[in-house]
Amino acid sequence: MSASKDELTFRGAIKEAIDEELAADENVIFFGEDVAEAGGVFAATPGLRDKYGDERVFDTPISELAMSSAAFGSAVAGMRPIVEIMFADFLFLAMDSLVNQSAKYWYLSNEQKSIPLVVRSAVGGGGGFGPIHSQVPISWFLGVPGLKIVAPSTPNDAKRLLKAAIRDENPVLFFEHKTLYSTAENREEITGVETLGKGRILREGSDVTLVSCMRGVADCLGAAQLLSEIGISAEVLDLRSLRPLDSALIQNSFSKTKSLLAVEEGPITGGWAGEVIAIANEVNEGNGKNLWRMATEDRPIPFSPALENAFFPSAKSIFESVRERHGK
Amino acid sequence: MSKPQAELALFEKMFLIRTFEETIQSLFQKGEIVGTTHLYSGQEAVAVGFASALQPQDLVAATYRGHGHALATGVATQALMDEMLGRVTGVCGGRSGSMNVIDLKNRLIGCFGIIGGSIGAATGAAISLARKNGVAIAYFGDGAINQAYFYECLNFAAVRKLPVIFVCENNLYGEYTPWEDVTAGAIRARAQALEVKSETIDGNDVWEVQKTARASFDYARSGNGPVFIEALTYRFVGHSRSDPGKYRKPGELDAWKLRDPLIFARQRLVNEFGFSSEEVDAVEVAVRKTMEEVREKGLKAPTPGLGKLGSEFMDSKGVGGRAS
Repeated sequence: MSASKDELTFRGAIKEAIDEELAADENVIFFGEDVAEAGGVFAATPGLRDKYGDERVFDTPISELAMSSAAFGSAVAGMRPIVEIMFADFLFLAMDSLVNQSAKYWYLSNEQKSIPLVVRSAVGGGGGFGPIHSQVPISWFLGVPGLKIVAPSTPNDAKRLLKAAIRDENPVLFFEHKTLYSTAENREEITGVETLGKGRILREGSDVTLVSCMRGVADCLGAAQLLSEIGISAEVLDLRSLRPLDSALIQNSFSKTKSLLAVEEGPITGGWAGEVIAIANEVNEGNGKNLWRMATEDRPIPFSPALENAFFPSAKSIFESVRERHGK
Repeated sequence: MSKPQAELALFEKMFLIRTFEETIQSLFQKGEIVGTTHLYSGQEAVAVGFASALQPQDLVAATYRGHGHALATGVATQALMDEMLGRVTGVCGGRSGSMNVIDLKNRLIGCFGIIGGSIGAATGAAISLARKNGVAIAYFGDGAINQAYFYECLNFAAVRKLPVIFVCENNLYGEYTPWEDVTAGAIRARAQALEVKSETIDGNDVWEVQKTARASFDYARSGNGPVFIEALTYRFVGHSRSDPGKYRKPGELDAWKLRDPLIFARQRLVNEFGFSSEEVDAVEVAVRKTMEEVREKGLKAPTPGLGKLGSEFMDSKGVGGRAS
């Protein structure tokens, strides 16, 4: 995907963030399956091995538990590893090291050492990858204290957030939605280091708040446009971080609009949308009527595009849902 | 003629571990320690022999049966005792307990509650240590070789030529089950299949362990890649505090007690290194006295106040998964 000099693609943002952090700190290392010689199956990291050498950028066996162990152990001993787990569906093979070792180390060690590692992983449906290469496993990790979860929606923000994740002192899961890799936008200048855990308002509105992350943000913006045409003013929040959740942003917006819809790509049971609803509800300004969520049904993700495309929330379905709620 | 104090020190360290474990067991029986614990009695020569070959830049990963490795590596006896007792003065402030001790200042990456966890931790640490002329060592039991950690990390370490020593302490039982009932083939054969340098040794002879340890550290430190050692040993106590060890074969425990690493070391100190029995006795008396003091001090140490509950993140941003 070629981009003009003033444009930044999502996959270009990923590569630039890693490149800049490798250049800035020799303790940063990057490894994973097919990331070095081949440059990544999503073509996000070509050329980095040649630039930084095999000691710092290398291919690994297809051994997800060894990869997460390599990240954990090297971080304990002073490195700042970035590991790519190709599809997030493979993260389940890496769980013990992430959940029992990395996430708990700072706390269990009585704050002797934190674990500054980043796991990059591609998530999401819409590509015809079927049920075991399309999941968004955020809910699996939402209940793990000590982990941060970042999920960007745009190229510039992906670069800002990945750089911040690499600089963060804690273990961070960094999810990249497959359908975003080829998206592009005008390049923005990045100064300073972002703070993880803060969401952002992408469109201000007064009647309803739409909350999402990753691909869902564009869907919400699309729905907001449709809603404006029938006289409903929608505010769109891009969460950016799922752990921690930006509770102040959610509560402030809900206090203003008195109506909030959380739009999640992922199984509805146990998902983050339920957390967003609960956080909004804690401000006690909703009677429940206008506090609801959309997510995927509790069912594996089907392969056939005819089924898969109907499976996820879209601008159209978000629009219809709000219209129905607001009786328009 | 001066006697080899280093040899006596090996015995002293092993006796310290044995006495520590006996003290822990007695505190459990009195209800002073809660939860569970996994004692190292009988296996002391492995941890002490390998620890005697550690350099300052090296790092150690062990398992939930880790009190012996912690003490051998250099964790302070008082800090470890206080951790067992859940005191704020514990090596992890009372947050980790018996199974998850961490002491980075003293080279201990951690003791891990999942049986193969140490294998992963040491493999990763070796990536960093390769830059510092250091070596990582992982201790684990015969049960762990049937976990993914073992295969994935042994292969990973071999292809990356990482400086890591994998020490499998074969104490004949994975928890309550004899290892050969649940393990196909020989243990060492698995390392041989990956063409990793390997050896099977008597894990109850601290001098044999030490000799192997020195050679293994030299090999790994020189950039040759990982080493796998199977150390044959035996635990004199149950898997955990609730295990009476009924699965042992008749006479097995008695036979192994004749091969107690402490008895073996005492005989050699007297017969080969010129120490008198009284000199060895004096070491035991001193260690026992120290342990009494450690126990009493630990029992009087304060428990952590609720102000010590702490945060999930280093930067304190976010508690309970929410930004403040």
